[in-house]
Amino acid sequence: MGDAQLPATHMKTNESAGHQALPGTDSAGLLRPAQVGEADMVRLLDAEGNRHPDSAFDPYIDALDPETLRGFYKDMAFVRRFDAEATALQRQGELALWVPVVGQEAAQIGSGRAMRPADYAFPTYREHGVALTRGLDLADLLKLFRGISNGGWDPREKNFHLYTLVLAAQTPHAVGYAMGIQRDMAADSATEPAAVVAYFGDGSSSEGDVHESMVFAASYNAPVVFFCQNNNWAISVPFEVQSKIPLVNRAGGYGFPGIRVDGNDILAVYAVTQWALDHARDGHGPVLIEASTYRVGAHTTADDPTKYRRMAEEELWKTRDPLLRLETYLRATGLADEQFFATVKSDADELAAHVRRATLAMGGADIRQKFATVYAEAHPLVAEELAWFENYEASFVDADTQGGPA
Amino acid sequence: MSTMTIAKAINEGLRATLANDPKSFLMGEDIGSLGGVYRVTEGLKAEFGDHRVMDTPLAESGIIGTAIGMALRGHRPICEIQFDGFVFPAFNQITTQLAKIHTRSDGQLSAPVVIRIPYGGGIGSIEHHSESPEALFAHTPGLRIITPSNANDAYWMIQQAVECKDPVIFFEPKRRYWLKGEVDTENSPGDPFKAHVLREGTDATIVAYGPLVPVALAAANAAAEDGRSVEVIDLRSISPIDFDTVEASVNKTGRLIVAHEAPTFGGIGGEIASRISERCFYSLEAPAIRVGGFHMPYPVARVEEHYLPDIDRMLEALDRAFAY
Repeated sequence: MGDAQLPATHMKTNESAGHQALPGTDSAGLLRPAQVGEADMVRLLDAEGNRHPDSAFDPYIDALDPETLRGFYKDMAFVRRFDAEATALQRQGELALWVPVVGQEAAQIGSGRAMRPADYAFPTYREHGVALTRGLDLADLLKLFRGISNGGWDPREKNFHLYTLVLAAQTPHAVGYAMGIQRDMAADSATEPAAVVAYFGDGSSSEGDVHESMVFAASYNAPVVFFCQNNNWAISVPFEVQSKIPLVNRAGGYGFPGIRVDGNDILAVYAVTQWALDHARDGHGPVLIEASTYRVGAHTTADDPTKYRRMAEEELWKTRDPLLRLETYLRATGLADEQFFATVKSDADELAAHVRRATLAMGGADIRQKFATVYAEAHPLVAEELAWFENYEASFVDADTQGGPA
Repeated sequence: MSTMTIAKAINEGLRATLANDPKSFLMGEDIGSLGGVYRVTEGLKAEFGDHRVMDTPLAESGIIGTAIGMALRGHRPICEIQFDGFVFPAFNQITTQLAKIHTRSDGQLSAPVVIRIPYGGGIGSIEHHSESPEALFAHTPGLRIITPSNANDAYWMIQQAVECKDPVIFFEPKRRYWLKGEVDTENSPGDPFKAHVLREGTDATIVAYGPLVPVALAAANAAAEDGRSVEVIDLRSISPIDFDTVEASVNKTGRLIVAHEAPTFGGIGGEIASRISERCFYSLEAPAIRVGGFHMPYPVARVEEHYLPDIDRMLEALDRAFAY
């Protein structure tokens, strides 16, 4: 199945977008490049929950049992509930900042679920859904936003790298990691074949590191899948400022396949990512996936979308909700009943309660641990400054015990 | 014991590393078939194959960024940046990623990437080929920076850089690539982050590193003719700096000259002067004096002799130190 030949309509190589942004068209509405060319977009489940056949990708979905399909929904519902809880924690002053993911659940759960344990993900800072599929305790994601750690988990445990805040800086890391897998496989035939997923967004696509990553990936035929969630907004800047054509068209310029997928259709996202990972693992090189989705919420809790986009646009995208369409499909096909959705809701509430409890119990950070981790090996300057700091701190303890000024 | 140039010593050091550590490999622009623009990697591709000596696309951020990813997978990349002035496209990857990954991961990850950079002027070249950007990296916690001044150190320190668990920038004094010296391939000179006293003296200390070490030694010889006994320290490591060795010397001599090609403002010399003034305040006969480049972009080749610290500039600094 990994070598399945895709119908030409799915493969964007080097043809032009075929549509232009109309002069004078404002950012709200349908006449935007990111929303054209839908005929070329892989979609297995439409916004009404209707299943559309697709000879290339149906086999990936046909292989799934009902439990897995219900699991897709459960994961999306969990991350949405988690996202709401984290937003609440930020509003209550427990987090410095939060980066909502609402609207992008299908793109993240679908792609994350397509990965195998030996595969490796390099996220941006919004891949909470992918983190869930990799098996992280979602509370660990909040250490960064609570100011306790700049990481929060050991990436090697679940093959899920730390969040990277400098846009696109993680994409060459992903390619390098993939090149490392190649070297390991060449050195030892017992190495488990694996691929890497490099997450980035439409805003990051303008960064030079994405370009250099794709050049390296193509040159070395690296087993990496570039997974772009085009959520249409880079904070306040609409997609057409980043690109006049669908980003997937850029893949042709680098000489590897690109697939545009309805990012709110979890079945399509899962199928195309499976295909791309198989392609990469089997030694055929990189793939670019552009998942067309929408950031329904704000960029972060410090952002105010009312300043730059219209409510009508958000309302339109809410009709394309990834959870709703899978729910409709699961109900219509009899794969899930009312009891299932009720259980998911209560389990999601339990997850949210766990995250809240764990967050409030996190405690503080210790600057001594920061001194200890600047370098992996002993460093005289760090040691000297730590010693100075300890003496300085101790001087206050003396003052306190002697009843001096605090 | 054999005699070789600094360039050949680095080449031999890399050869030893490639032979000893199967996870190590070289990556950079033109380092394979060409052997590097300075031929420092000459013959290594033929010996170890293009898997171990990789010619990369022409993209410095991509070189360092992918090296980070390979290091995270457990490999040992040794990157070459072709010239000092071309490191800046990779500045973001070096300072925001490479330097921080260990602490960002609370010590769980390390990224032992080595970055070789030919640096410094005096070669009559065009813009961006003669710079000394070491202070920009020394100001970044998480990086280590070393620079050899002789063939023996070059041979050993490049190997020690690869063995270090931290990222190391290895600045190569390009105008000294052809300087010959004895290399003892059996006995290591020890800790690469320690300074070496190359010449003992009693009246003043000159601290230098990389390309200016031979200049400092020549200045000390010239000063001796005037009856001044000058101690010369080769710093070897720019981050961390071995202040203990400098302190011991200045407590003995009472005078400190710090020399580098980089502009004095905001440079390594200022850091050494400040720390030594704290540590040796009661021993100093004169303020620490810096000898370095001017606050200007590295000038055109026809005037670089006026920019670069030479023997006379160091002697003038000694005169000032003795005038207090």
